[in-house]
Amino acid sequence: MTFAHKHLIDITEYSRDDIMLLLETAAKFKEVNERRIKQVPTLKGATIVNMFNEPSTRTRSSFEIAEKRLSANSLNFGGSSTSTVKGESLSDTVETLCAYKIDMIIVRDKHAGVPRKIADLSGVHVIDAGDGKHQHPTQALLDLYSIWEEKGSFEGLNVGIVGDIAHSRVCGSLLPALKIMGANTVAIAPPTLLPARPDVLGADEVSSDLDSVLPDLDVVYMLRVQRERLEGAPFPSLREYNLLYGLTQKRDQLMKPDAIVCHPGPINRGVELDSFMADHPDRSVILDQVYAGILVRMAALYLLLGGSNDGIDA
Amino acid sequence: MGNGSEIIKSVCMDSEEIERAITRMAHQILEVNKGADSLVIVGIYTRGDLLARKLKERIKEIEGVDVPLGALDISFYRDDFLTHFAPEVHSTDIPFSIDGKDVVLVDDVLYTGRTIRAALDALMDIGRPSKVELAVLVDRGHRELPIRADFVGKNVPSAADESVRLFLEEVDGIPSAVDILEVAPGERAGAAPLQLRKGE
Amino acid sequence: MALMLKGARCIDPQVGLDEVCDILIRDGKIAGVGHDLVMEKGVTRDLTGKVLVPGLVDMHVHLREPGYEQKEDIASGTRAAAHGGFTAVCAMPNTDPVIDNAVGVEYIKARATEAGKCRVIVSGACTKGLEGEILAEMGDMYAHGVRAFTDDGHGVQDAGMMRRVMDYASQFDCVVMPHCQDDSLVGEGQVNEGVASTRLGMLGWPAEGEELEIARDIALCRLTGCPLHIQHVTTARGLEMIRQAKTEGLPVTCEVTPHHLFLTEDDITDTYPTSLKVNPPLRTSDDAVALVEGIVDGTVDAIACDHAPHTDWEKDREFELSPFGMIGLETSLALVLTKLVSTGIISYAKMAEVMAVNPRRILRQEPVRLEVGSVADLTVFDPETTWTVERAGFCSKAGNSGFLGAELTGKAVDVYVGGYATLEDGVIVE
Repeated sequence: MTFAHKHLIDITEYSRDDIMLLLETAAKFKEVNERRIKQVPTLKGATIVNMFNEPSTRTRSSFEIAEKRLSANSLNFGGSSTSTVKGESLSDTVETLCAYKIDMIIVRDKHAGVPRKIADLSGVHVIDAGDGKHQHPTQALLDLYSIWEEKGSFEGLNVGIVGDIAHSRVCGSLLPALKIMGANTVAIAPPTLLPARPDVLGADEVSSDLDSVLPDLDVVYMLRVQRERLEGAPFPSLREYNLLYGLTQKRDQLMKPDAIVCHPGPINRGVELDSFMADHPDRSVILDQVYAGILVRMAALYLLLGGSNDGIDA
Repeated sequence: MGNGSEIIKSVCMDSEEIERAITRMAHQILEVNKGADSLVIVGIYTRGDLLARKLKERIKEIEGVDVPLGALDISFYRDDFLTHFAPEVHSTDIPFSIDGKDVVLVDDVLYTGRTIRAALDALMDIGRPSKVELAVLVDRGHRELPIRADFVGKNVPSAADESVRLFLEEVDGIPSAVDILEVAPGERAGAAPLQLRKGE
Repeated sequence: MALMLKGARCIDPQVGLDEVCDILIRDGKIAGVGHDLVMEKGVTRDLTGKVLVPGLVDMHVHLREPGYEQKEDIASGTRAAAHGGFTAVCAMPNTDPVIDNAVGVEYIKARATEAGKCRVIVSGACTKGLEGEILAEMGDMYAHGVRAFTDDGHGVQDAGMMRRVMDYASQFDCVVMPHCQDDSLVGEGQVNEGVASTRLGMLGWPAEGEELEIARDIALCRLTGCPLHIQHVTTARGLEMIRQAKTEGLPVTCEVTPHHLFLTEDDITDTYPTSLKVNPPLRTSDDAVALVEGIVDGTVDAIACDHAPHTDWEKDREFELSPFGMIGLETSLALVLTKLVSTGIISYAKMAEVMAVNPRRILRQEPVRLEVGSVADLTVFDPETTWTVERAGFCSKAGNSGFLGAELTGKAVDVYVGGYATLEDGVIVE
């Protein structure tokens, strides 16, 4: 068994085996997270920079917990003190960080392509924690993990992704990842929120009629309505969005009995999800997704930072 | 078999010897611990866990007591993680508290002692045993840390360019044996992990 | 002082010339074309094996002076032009200050005379400050020699304003050259809308954002009668509209750039190469094929490179923060020779038409012909030289070429402007 990746930037560079290894490794970290002492010394001595050039609480917290539970030294870099705010170029910032002699950069940026640029500039391991409207691979992995835990496999699974697919980095990684794993995917959105070519991302089907698609879905993945990105109004009102694309209690009866509901958080209750669905004891896996975020991020850190040889002296 | 770069130089224990050694170690464990009351057995992946199961069964045959059995993965505790790395991780599975228990840690081959160091750290993160003892089927020498086994199946002198491996019929599909293998130059000498996973 | 250019293959479709012959230059003009020409006193250049054409003109160049001299200036930009084989360039007015009055025009002309290595044809803004609100002083600029007006870099967004520009311009012998971009459709678009925008996760710059304005400006051309030259056409449908307008007999011309001909959205890999961030964006391979067809069938009048220099620190940024544009003066001729002429898609004569003859005609400049009496603006190139595009090889201050590393065949060796060499053996004559 091998894992030949240095970075986690573009999920389409990962094979089905790579992703399965990540998910299986993530599962192994459950035991660590359920102990009294939720920490192992694995990454002792590794320095990881969390470079968040865009506000993020959830993803950054999740990475920080994963790093701490693996005993890495982590440094939070960014926020309002971001060098780019002071006019420093990305290259200069990255070179400065590298002069600290670090092992990995976890980067969130509002511009697409920044993680790849940092990887090329720095030579250290890079994990994309979300770049612009492009990708967010660890989110896709935690989504896959939650689906895998519930459904056992991906082959032939019908997964519907509902919402702002055009501006969603979550979708930018999740759709191709589902495709790699053999699931059938439907992109469900008003045409104003669809990308120019959903097929390029890996959508097998496109629909703007949630009710007609819902009965076939094993997994209903509700995207967040990004209120901050709704200038130019791609739909008339939140009320109408909820009517057409919200997963409401009324739509519960259209769903397969064992269909599950995912959401990357934070939820806009009453917009894309009713509380009935968000808190549904059998369907909602939203909190499982949050936990899965810790597991897959620990797995990613573990697999990316691990050495290259096999065997240990007994 | 293995990574293909090893050839068997000699067989140092055959399956009968292995069984006898396990029986003897079971008796010793019971004797030193004055029975099996506070005893738990924890095997180290991979191979130590299989040996631990055999010890547990043997103790049950002798004493009629079901000793709790756990398995420990030391991947997250290794001191060479950043330089040498096997992506395969087993989940530690110790479904009982080890607080206040007499833990018998079981591995197949004792060599540098680094695995045992990692295993002790892992155990301490899981609980606070009253005592930890070490049982190994083979002690091949070459210790790099101040660690010794309390129960040893057989002491086997070996060279640094040799590898000592335990094969078990139930997982490897060949008659159980402890073999001494020659390691090709550049390959790491060691005892584990073997990537033979038939039937798992 | 006379100059004899001996032994080059001389090609000029305007006079039906394509033969190995000599050209005699005296007092900045062609004094003889033929064999066994007599020169009493002067210099002879042996150009055996080379090709000689009327001096090339790039009708879409950003020299960046005044205001952005860190990117390029008239001295460096015209050197790049000469190095690339050009005898003249048309400078775009989007400098700081904008060239929207006669003072600006005279400044450029003066600087070009002082520091230039090729002729600089000045274009003026259509609207004051390129703001699309008030007409620029086109009449005064015309009196100072301007024959082309453009708000390049922006479209004139308001159709009523564009009509006013064209109506007003139609009283002069000039051309209006729109950069077609409907801002309400394009917005913050970064790359072609479609596969590239989806794959790269960036906002799309749709083909329709260009085509709508092409359609609008053709309609306004019909309405006003003002000659129209569409800058940097990039889409098959846009080109088709121009083809139809020409069939209809409207005074419409257009240009394409080498980067839209020879690069596509597929070249923008996941390394997000900012040198390929151009406006309009690189389109699909089908579009590129259509543009080449447009050259072959005459719909495309000119190849112009939209030379858009930027500093390294401006381009070495996040793709979405990097400015649009790439340089082209020093690769344009070689790209056309390598990808269109040596492949047999077009002839040398056709190349001369789209890179020399037509640009002069559209810009209302005196024609240059390989005949006695014509101004001696000449370009000589070696069609066999193979070279690699490298940053260090540029005379431009900038290095933002999308063709770095490309292996090209053909290179300018000598360039003459008014009979004087600006480039000899591929080296700028100081």
